[in-house]
Amino acid sequence: MNWEVVIGLETHVQLSTQSKIFSNASTQFGAAPNTQASIIDLALPGTLPVLNRGAVERAIRFGLSIGGTINPRSIFARKNYFYPDLPKGYQISQYEIPIVQGGKIPIDSPTRGQIEIQLTRAHLEEDAGKSLHEDFHGMSGIDLNRAGTPLLEIVSEPVMHSAAEAVAYAKALHKRVVEEIEICDGNMQEGSFRCDANVSVRRAGAPLGTRREIKNLNSFRFLQQAIEYEISWQIQTLEDGGKIQQATVLFDADKGETRVMRTKEDAHDYRYFPDPDLLPVEISSSWIDQIKSAMAEPLHDQYKKMLAYGLSREQAEQLSSARNTSTFALASLKLASEKERPMLANWILGPLSAKLNEEELDISRSKVAPEQLTKLAARVADGTISNTTATNVVLAAMWAGEGNPDEIIAHKGLKQISDSGAIEKIVDEAMAKYGQLVTDYRSGKEKAFNALVGQVMKASLGKANPTQVNAILKKKLG
Amino acid sequence: MFDKSVAELSRALSTKQVSAVDLATVYLNRIERHKGLNAFLDVRPDVTLRQARAADQRIARGDGTPLTGVPIAHKDIFVTREFASTASSRMLKGYMSPFDATVVEKLGQAGMVTLGKLNCDEFAMGSSNENSHYGNVLNPWDKDAVPGGSSGGSAAAVAARIAPAATATDTGGSIREPAAFSGVTGIKPTYGRASRWGMIAFASSLDQAGIMTCSAEDAALIFNGMLGFDPKDSTSVERAAEDYTRHLQTDLKGLRIGVPKQFFGSGLQPDVEHAVREALAEYTRLGAKLMDISLPNAALGIPVYYVIAPAECSSNLSRFDGVRYGHRAEHYADLDDMIKKSRAEGFGPETRRRILIGTYVLSHGYYDAYYIQAQKVRRIIANEFQDAFQACDVIAGPVTTSVAFGFGEKAADPVAMYLSDLYTIPGSLAGIPAMSIPCGFGTRKRPVGLQLMANYFEEAKLLGVAHQYQLATDWHRRMPPGT
Amino acid sequence: MALTSSDVTRIAHLARIEITEAQTEQMLVQLNEIFRLIEQLQAVDTNGIDPMSHPLGGSQRLREDVAAEHTDRESVMRNAPASQDGLFLVPKVIE
Repeated sequence: MNWEVVIGLETHVQLSTQSKIFSNASTQFGAAPNTQASIIDLALPGTLPVLNRGAVERAIRFGLSIGGTINPRSIFARKNYFYPDLPKGYQISQYEIPIVQGGKIPIDSPTRGQIEIQLTRAHLEEDAGKSLHEDFHGMSGIDLNRAGTPLLEIVSEPVMHSAAEAVAYAKALHKRVVEEIEICDGNMQEGSFRCDANVSVRRAGAPLGTRREIKNLNSFRFLQQAIEYEISWQIQTLEDGGKIQQATVLFDADKGETRVMRTKEDAHDYRYFPDPDLLPVEISSSWIDQIKSAMAEPLHDQYKKMLAYGLSREQAEQLSSARNTSTFALASLKLASEKERPMLANWILGPLSAKLNEEELDISRSKVAPEQLTKLAARVADGTISNTTATNVVLAAMWAGEGNPDEIIAHKGLKQISDSGAIEKIVDEAMAKYGQLVTDYRSGKEKAFNALVGQVMKASLGKANPTQVNAILKKKLG
Repeated sequence: MFDKSVAELSRALSTKQVSAVDLATVYLNRIERHKGLNAFLDVRPDVTLRQARAADQRIARGDGTPLTGVPIAHKDIFVTREFASTASSRMLKGYMSPFDATVVEKLGQAGMVTLGKLNCDEFAMGSSNENSHYGNVLNPWDKDAVPGGSSGGSAAAVAARIAPAATATDTGGSIREPAAFSGVTGIKPTYGRASRWGMIAFASSLDQAGIMTCSAEDAALIFNGMLGFDPKDSTSVERAAEDYTRHLQTDLKGLRIGVPKQFFGSGLQPDVEHAVREALAEYTRLGAKLMDISLPNAALGIPVYYVIAPAECSSNLSRFDGVRYGHRAEHYADLDDMIKKSRAEGFGPETRRRILIGTYVLSHGYYDAYYIQAQKVRRIIANEFQDAFQACDVIAGPVTTSVAFGFGEKAADPVAMYLSDLYTIPGSLAGIPAMSIPCGFGTRKRPVGLQLMANYFEEAKLLGVAHQYQLATDWHRRMPPGT
Repeated sequence: MALTSSDVTRIAHLARIEITEAQTEQMLVQLNEIFRLIEQLQAVDTNGIDPMSHPLGGSQRLREDVAAEHTDRESVMRNAPASQDGLFLVPKVIE
């Protein structure tokens, strides 16, 4: 039985503005109930909406980033329905003419490789409040702090064919809006990024099946589980001779099942019409150009730059995965020579990362600047100090604010011994002192070589240039 | 003092002939004496007198405005912090707003003294003030007649001289029609000139705040304090500040007055037509020229209005669900039931009717045929005004088809009530400034109003045209018997 | 296009207004009269005419993205029919 799965995702992205889309109440998460709900958010009689520039600007950034069309004139419409967390009895959204149309996002599909997911549109709207169902003697409590938070609803074409593909798209979209263009904080537990999945199945070659919509999935894990369950439920139902009814469903994470929230019969008639309290939003091409020129370089382009710098795929992927890391990495790589770059990549991913994690700092707050890191790499490349000394001693000193690399090397007397005459002397001394190791090596024990190197290093208080030590020792051992 | 105009009161206050406190006291006493009119819904003398004392202090310091100390009353469609705001509905009984409407705030900042909140049709829907939860308002000229609506309380208060001026709102004629029925001057400015912030919304693309007074000069003085750009209202128009009194003295020589032939059809009662034509004759004597103009689709204004206004109001009134404020039913089975009962109990029949009409015309399958079609015809009507203003400076005609009717005469027949808005609706749909001034009396000595309309942003011209007529006549100075 | 009783019931549900059977009958008569009035619009040729949503046109003004101080919760909740711990209370919401 050849079943095809058709999935489309609608993602609600909370935009990272300071204030709400139609009022100036703060959007900060976690405030005491109804302390960030202005008279406008509470829909008190006589209140009116005024549009937040920051929300529009972020929507434009998104449209540019995905190569979509920014509609020069878009309209806000009222979506009318009753719910206690919807104070006006309508949501201000966009219907016929959204701010962004079209566009695409490349993903790495587990089944189809590198493909592009087409987007239908993205529109601005306001978020609703929250209902709390802890018992208030059989009542629910309504908190409207979230009401009016700006949302960008991003709709994909129904072009995904498996739960894994849907998750890959969701993750790519998440990276795009959080890391790439920084319009959302991406905190899924706080509800900043929520997915609704439209799922249908059909036999190969048959027309599209009836779809059901799974609402409000706020983790990639739930997204995967919910879609997988829904697919197998739909297939099972059809194979048993049943029919799929169009419905909206919720995912019960505890049971791992989807269950019906409402069927088409009680589907809302939203009675969309242009909001008479708001005028059409006009976006000039000069504003778009301004935004475009201020946008940060796409992370994918930065990834390619890193590859061109000679980094491995893995290093480049990791370093370009987050905006701040990528910025830092490129800043240090740019000033570095070819020899220094792989070292820098390792340092950022290794010891620097460790220091940042230890102090819970974002890389943008690093106590060692990218240029300083590059200078340190230069001192290793030119033989002044060894890699070990650099990462074990100098980096920590730089982090502690003891000065720049040269200052620290001088102050602590860390300069490597690179004079071959001096090294030869120490090697001779070590060979003389540890005759047994010499004998062992000459009779085939490879490990004895490293032991001798260790002794030379120890004798030189770690300052002998390891590369030279290796070469000289090898020569003398024959 | 109570028969003085705002202009005269302003002079009396600034020359210290009378204090704001004394003036407020006079009006508070008159309000009490005439409470049978049921014009006022909320009166709080302590608040009024406190404002009056503050006004007197400003006048003493010399930092008042021409309006400082002059009393005013506000239609209960404007929210106020110091008085209840009910929109004349059970839904908002006792509601205390945490903020003032911009119009109220501006006039307060100018130093006007609030006498209280005025009765009106519930949520500004009606033409007779018979839709108020708090009872009918009586027409001071004839207690068996309606004062008009929806701003019936505003018109009655000014007519009875229990307030020298009253704010009001006009969506389809709710300033002009009661002004005509009650023999006062009422003006609605260009859409967007007065902020809608704090005006309990009925039909957002039509609602406008305006003023009722005894004269055009008074209206101009109050417009100076009341109108202007407000960033809190996205539909508020941003224009340079202007002095609305600047054309009061402009004479009428050569003024071209367009008279729409569609406004003189068979629906117009002879007594109204007679008074209106007399007024037009007076205008020719004053130097103006009358000319016939045509507004071919004006009559379609009624069906257009009764699609658009209910559609917008059905959505605007969805916020009244008993959750955050307003009436909540006492007995209900569950959440859905609570909302349904709260709304059924909180809204009166006309409000419920308009919500249902609006919900229907927006519903799936009907939106294009009704709502979009109505918006298109709206544009046709607005364009016809632009064509007319190519040929004339102002448009004049009747405000209503008849003088004020009796209580209950039209209340049982909604369509008959709607048809009485025939002459006022087109101006509302176009959003142009429009006013009514008293021009005589008709059957049973009930007042008749003359409607004047001008093009966008020409309020000053309109007020001047009205003022010149009021200099030459005294209809606007007549007072109801027993005032 | 005359309305039927079930239309009225459906619309009343969409508008969340409770309506009795008697009210439905009365409302039906009145609404049908009003719709007869509105029907006139169908005959108008509006080809090539743009709908007018705002009488004066214009475009939406944008507000700078600056957050205000916290809301004075007491003042905005003082008209609440039922509240507790800063929350508005309603009969239980069932999803």
